[in-house]
Amino acid sequence: MLCFVPLLPREASTMAPAVDHLLYFEIAISVVLAALIFILLFVFAIKYRRRYDDEVPVQIPGNLPLEITWTVIPILIVIVMFIWGVKLFVAMAKPPAASVHVYVVAKQWMWKIQHPEGPREIDELHIPVGVPVELIMTSQDVIHDFSVPAFRVKMDVLPNRYTTLWFTATSVGRYHLYCDQYCGTFHSHMRGYVDVMSQRAYERWLSGGMQHAESMEAAGAKLYESYGCITCHGTGKGPPYVGLYGSRVTLDNGQTVIADDAYIRQSILDPSSQIVAGYKPLMPTFQGQISEDQILEIIAYIKSLATTPGAQGTQAAKETK
Amino acid sequence: MGTASTTALQPPVGEHRIHYLNAKYGIKSWLLTTDHKRIAWLYLAATSFFFLVGGIAATLMRLNLIEPQGAIVQPETYDKLFTIHGTIMIFFFLAPVIPTVLGNFLIPLMVGARDVAFPRLNLLSWYIFMLAGTIFLYCVISGGVDTGWTFYTPLSTTYVNTHVFSAALAVFISGFSTILTGLNFIVTVHKMRAPGLTWFRLPLFIWSLYATSVIFVLAMPVIAITMVLLMLERLFHIGIFDPALGGDPVLFQHLFWFFGHPEVYILILPAMGVISELVAAFTRRRVFGYGFVAFSSFGIAIVSFLVWGHHMFVSGQSVYAGVFFSAMTMAVAIPSGIKVFSWTATLYKGSVSFDAPMLYALGFLGLFTVGGLTGLFLASMGLDVFVHDTYFVIAHFHFIMVGGAIMGYMGGLHYWWPKMTGKMYPDYWARLAALIIFLGFNLTFGPQFILGFLGMPRRYAMYPPNFQFLNIMSSAGASILAVGYVMPLVYMIWSLKYGPDAGPNPWKAKGLEWETASPPPTHNFEVTPVVTEEAYAYVSNQPAVVTTAS
Repeated sequence: MLCFVPLLPREASTMAPAVDHLLYFEIAISVVLAALIFILLFVFAIKYRRRYDDEVPVQIPGNLPLEITWTVIPILIVIVMFIWGVKLFVAMAKPPAASVHVYVVAKQWMWKIQHPEGPREIDELHIPVGVPVELIMTSQDVIHDFSVPAFRVKMDVLPNRYTTLWFTATSVGRYHLYCDQYCGTFHSHMRGYVDVMSQRAYERWLSGGMQHAESMEAAGAKLYESYGCITCHGTGKGPPYVGLYGSRVTLDNGQTVIADDAYIRQSILDPSSQIVAGYKPLMPTFQGQISEDQILEIIAYIKSLATTPGAQGTQAAKETK
Repeated sequence: MGTASTTALQPPVGEHRIHYLNAKYGIKSWLLTTDHKRIAWLYLAATSFFFLVGGIAATLMRLNLIEPQGAIVQPETYDKLFTIHGTIMIFFFLAPVIPTVLGNFLIPLMVGARDVAFPRLNLLSWYIFMLAGTIFLYCVISGGVDTGWTFYTPLSTTYVNTHVFSAALAVFISGFSTILTGLNFIVTVHKMRAPGLTWFRLPLFIWSLYATSVIFVLAMPVIAITMVLLMLERLFHIGIFDPALGGDPVLFQHLFWFFGHPEVYILILPAMGVISELVAAFTRRRVFGYGFVAFSSFGIAIVSFLVWGHHMFVSGQSVYAGVFFSAMTMAVAIPSGIKVFSWTATLYKGSVSFDAPMLYALGFLGLFTVGGLTGLFLASMGLDVFVHDTYFVIAHFHFIMVGGAIMGYMGGLHYWWPKMTGKMYPDYWARLAALIIFLGFNLTFGPQFILGFLGMPRRYAMYPPNFQFLNIMSSAGASILAVGYVMPLVYMIWSLKYGPDAGPNPWKAKGLEWETASPPPTHNFEVTPVVTEEAYAYVSNQPAVVTTAS
């Protein structure tokens, strides 16, 4: 739309036009209201300029209908902006069920990207065009923010927690990726690119990477043995892990939780915080012994053994293989 | 404009009238004064100094951003510069400046009192402020701090090696100064009003400073507590904010912004009060819709405590919380809108003069309108996601804080300068400076809206080369803005010695402060004033109007 004077980055995701429509609406409203104020100020200031030094003008204390008008009309305008903004935000917050999962671990000052199929990259994210991609993100240190202006989306990346961000790229190309949350000395170095590729090129890229890297679930399976998880979870001493992902788990305090990424992560790092009903709090914490990348690999492994339809993402990813 | 006729207005008392400035001499008579007018000068000196320091930091930042790779400093230094700029401008200039300089000088005069309710507490506030400021300067000199003025955890508690402790301590202490000032003003307005000066006869400046004082008293304790927790966490790792110790870094953001957003209104409400006075005086009109304008200050003060989450739409807070905060933020726009419409309507059929203070007021109206409207972009959740933490946000809040708060302050300082000093500044230079500030401001911050749309993140020491052109425009604007800010410093100091005498009421304005001499006597009024009329009770003298009056 604004191709001669680039005032906005290229619209490169399904969300971008929707955001831009709201943006144009708010710019239009702002221009109209600001122009109204500016013109009135200008006209009044010139027309009613002081004619002689002692002039005191006619006094108008107020005008109730007018004051109600300029209270009610702005209320109606902001209600529209509010509802439109909320609708857009909810759409951004809810990823489509069948999206490709990619894992992001942020640290001062780089983006570590892990594809379930195995390839790892730094400050680069390769994704296919036209397929919804969901990023599952966490930070190793401070708060960062994953922002791709061409997609019109961003999300903070927090330590000790998973946040998600999804988008469907609409055109092949290379787009800036920024850290938008101040994260220390070299915050401005924490930039990279998102490479949107055609489906075929993406598959070729993925399989090229496969020669060097094993898939996340394969890596997770190895970790599952090397960290000794298998000695309890698999022998009946601890709760089972096959079919765990996405299932409902009843805790010893009677609470029921869904076994998602965050649940598994917390169970590894702080096992005593959520004891599964019927089991003893025997498991030691792995805080400080296991990296965020490894936790994600173990999650990918457990996810691959899911029996409930909670892990479509991985299945969708498998189909692309 | 008014200078030609001021000689006629001079009191016939003779050359050596005793007033608050010449009643006593010597450094002790200033440093131990309990006179609210002299304390205002102490604050004027202190806040001007901090404005200079914060301004130098901003100048270096803008210089650095001329080159994509950083023109003059390394990222480490740049990070310290924007932290120093933000912390000083927010805590040591913008928040205190209008209440402590103009408020201190004018509240007792406007309510017809001899002083504020607690004069000694008033002086104590200044000393606490200076202690806090000195600690912050120590922090700067000993190496600085690079957390950003927002001190986000766990960066501030665990990861940076700079002087976070002294910076947090300075902010902690500065809060007490503002709390005491707020208390003092609240009691003064309640208890010290002259006979006949009912609440609805108060000037709107008093209404907005009263609302500001309420926020001072309620919001400042929260930042104090937050800073204490931050210091404890940094020293003893008690595990409140640090996720490695089971803490929640987002909790810090909630606490910080629970203070932080009311703080924004601490900055703008006093300026709104000044603008009401300026618009009334330079149109010789009662402000259109006095009641609406007065109550909108309270509407803003109350709702401002319920909007903090709009800083956190992408921080991982729940969608439902976000929806609530978005709605509240939209709501707080309404009273601001009412004020702008009311001020604009006050010009209608008024007697509009273009003295320097009014130029600042007109500048405020234009820039605050832009700042307010762009705030709606950030309140709309889906749109905020796009521009959050980009230069769009920088541009937006500088339109409010510089285009709004500083324009208001400069206008107020020029308006009441003759009252404070008894002297007029050169009108031509003052108007020229106002114009230069307005143009420089727009060139500095206008391009930053577009930088934000293009995606340039805030707090970047280096940036991709495609942002360079707009950054150069912005830096060019900043140099013009700097010239505009230096000019008043020169001609106002000049006016102290060479300015013509102003007389008690050079603007022929209404208000108790204009009924006493300039500079006022030590006890403000020779006789306690008795108020018998509304605020801004201008009586029309236009012959054509007589038929429609009554």
